[in-house]
Amino acid sequence: MTAALIQYTLHLADDSLILGHRNSEWTGHGPILEQDIALSNIALDLIGQARNFYQYAATLINASGHTGLIDVSVPASSAPGQVTEDQLAYLRDGWDFRNCLLVEQGNGDWARTILRQFFFSAYQTALYEQLAQGRDKTLAAIAAKSHKEGIYHLRWSSEWVIRLGDGTEESHTRMTNALDELWKFTGELHATAPYEQETAAKGISPDLSTLRPPWEEKVKEVFDEAGISYPPPIWMQTGGKEGRHTEQLGYVLAEMQFLQRAYPGCEW
Amino acid sequence: MAAEHQWPLWEVFIRSKQGLDHKHAGSLHAADAQMAIENARDVYTRRMEGVSIWVVESKYIHASSPDDATAFYEPANDKVYRHPTFYDLPDQLKHM
Repeated sequence: MTAALIQYTLHLADDSLILGHRNSEWTGHGPILEQDIALSNIALDLIGQARNFYQYAATLINASGHTGLIDVSVPASSAPGQVTEDQLAYLRDGWDFRNCLLVEQGNGDWARTILRQFFFSAYQTALYEQLAQGRDKTLAAIAAKSHKEGIYHLRWSSEWVIRLGDGTEESHTRMTNALDELWKFTGELHATAPYEQETAAKGISPDLSTLRPPWEEKVKEVFDEAGISYPPPIWMQTGGKEGRHTEQLGYVLAEMQFLQRAYPGCEW
Repeated sequence: MAAEHQWPLWEVFIRSKQGLDHKHAGSLHAADAQMAIENARDVYTRRMEGVSIWVVESKYIHASSPDDATAFYEPANDKVYRHPTFYDLPDQLKHM
């Protein structure tokens, strides 16, 4: 069970960290000062969530003796019982990351960044709401705290989807292009990974399939207002939650982990 | 950026806690009132500065002209009797 809980906690952490990092790539490049700050705030919220989850994962890994119990490799440099949040974020390789494929996709234009955030926040707010009721007290507490942030992310991104979808011809085209690009990654949000089956069976995490209908409803509602037609069912890409990623993650890690890999243990 | 492509400017007023007045916090750009409130939330309340936000488009604020300052404010300079402290109160008066 501990192994599944560790993987699940890392999955939650990785989702937040990778999306937070992607959003942070906009810092200093936002279309207008106020939106630059808005998106940077969201990035900080997500990275803050990731820290809480990594700290908990590190505690679990250290308590378990961290050998043989988990099949995510922990950094070779870390002595037993001394794994830290930083090592989990900066020293694991791509196949150890458990984030969904959606969050690692490139920023593209503003429309794609917004739509990615909207899809993810619509999923995450419902997830955290349930997770806050779950049996694991630490995860429940982190979820309850983060849920408030997520509600704002969802509100902010929904409005932008509507603004662009229902805006000019160009903004509408950009939003539908973003949809073509990202839709195939949305199925994985509610696809259950083996470790999630275990955590759900223990009452720690919700049954993801129950979160799908409300997610679709929310997306339809916003798309309706944005004048975007809801896409027909297509084949969905999956694998990220089990460590099989798109090439995009490599670029994120190369940039995000560079400093710790080039100067191990560096602090500033 | 050409002026017609700029979002309008908004003035932001923040109430720091219940019972206090809204105070002018600054200004920002936004496409409409809704976005202005959200931008104000992101720009001016990041460090728990407020519990309530007002925004008003800057063009609706009418200001006095600095050129009028002499005529507007200086006549009040020598009229100390407009302050309550100018008057001596009889000792019998309590609670003033």
